[in-house]
Amino acid sequence: MADILYFGRLGDVAGTHSENLDIPATVADTAALRRWIDTEKSAGGAFLEASVRLAVNSEIVVDPHPISPSDEIAFMPPVGGG
Amino acid sequence: MIKLSPTSFSPAEALAAFEKDARGAGAIVSFTGLVRDRAGDADVEGLHLQAYSPMTENGIEKAAADARKRWPLTALRIIHRTGDMGPFEPIVFVATASAHRRAAFEAADFLMDYLKTEAVFWKKELTKAGSRWIEPRAEDYIDSARWTQTDTETDRHARHK
Repeated sequence: MADILYFGRLGDVAGTHSENLDIPATVADTAALRRWIDTEKSAGGAFLEASVRLAVNSEIVVDPHPISPSDEIAFMPPVGGG
Repeated sequence: MIKLSPTSFSPAEALAAFEKDARGAGAIVSFTGLVRDRAGDADVEGLHLQAYSPMTENGIEKAAADARKRWPLTALRIIHRTGDMGPFEPIVFVATASAHRRAAFEAADFLMDYLKTEAVFWKKELTKAGSRWIEPRAEDYIDSARWTQTDTETDRHARHK
């Protein structure tokens, strides 16, 4: 089970700020995860946007980055500053 | 010294504490950012700020380290709110201390530009018309880009020594 975090507007799209998900074994990297989540949430591409960056275990990564079931993965829209 | 605060804080108390820490400095600059009650033509009823710990803190620590490298600061304090805030509540407090005013002013300005554009926060504005997530304004990016001209600062430093 991976911990998935959705920040900013993606929390509204996902319907939650964080959740524990059983990711299928075929979803092995961040690019595949974007597509899988986007389909799961019927998000119409919100998770595929290039401006949305992914962090794996608090490190921002470049697609496609390998993921494992115990990772914490964050979907990060452009930060808005304080 | 950097702190994310999920509850309201007092800028006056923060400044008093900072003045103690910074004793001996010739110049102290402090900035307080407050929640505005207007955005465009809408009344703002509240603001919600999300951070991603420890990424948010680490980024601010790095900006603070950059500020210390660029200016001869003797003390530095940043407090930033997270969570839900109402109009006129403080969002951010930045204080810098140095031997002379210029370094303290510039370092505080530099840190605020970082906090307004690059800091890892997501901000939602609540108005009567509904709520919306806010992304940085173009002028915030321009303000922040001023600081990439590093040699200008080095020259300025040299002049003020």
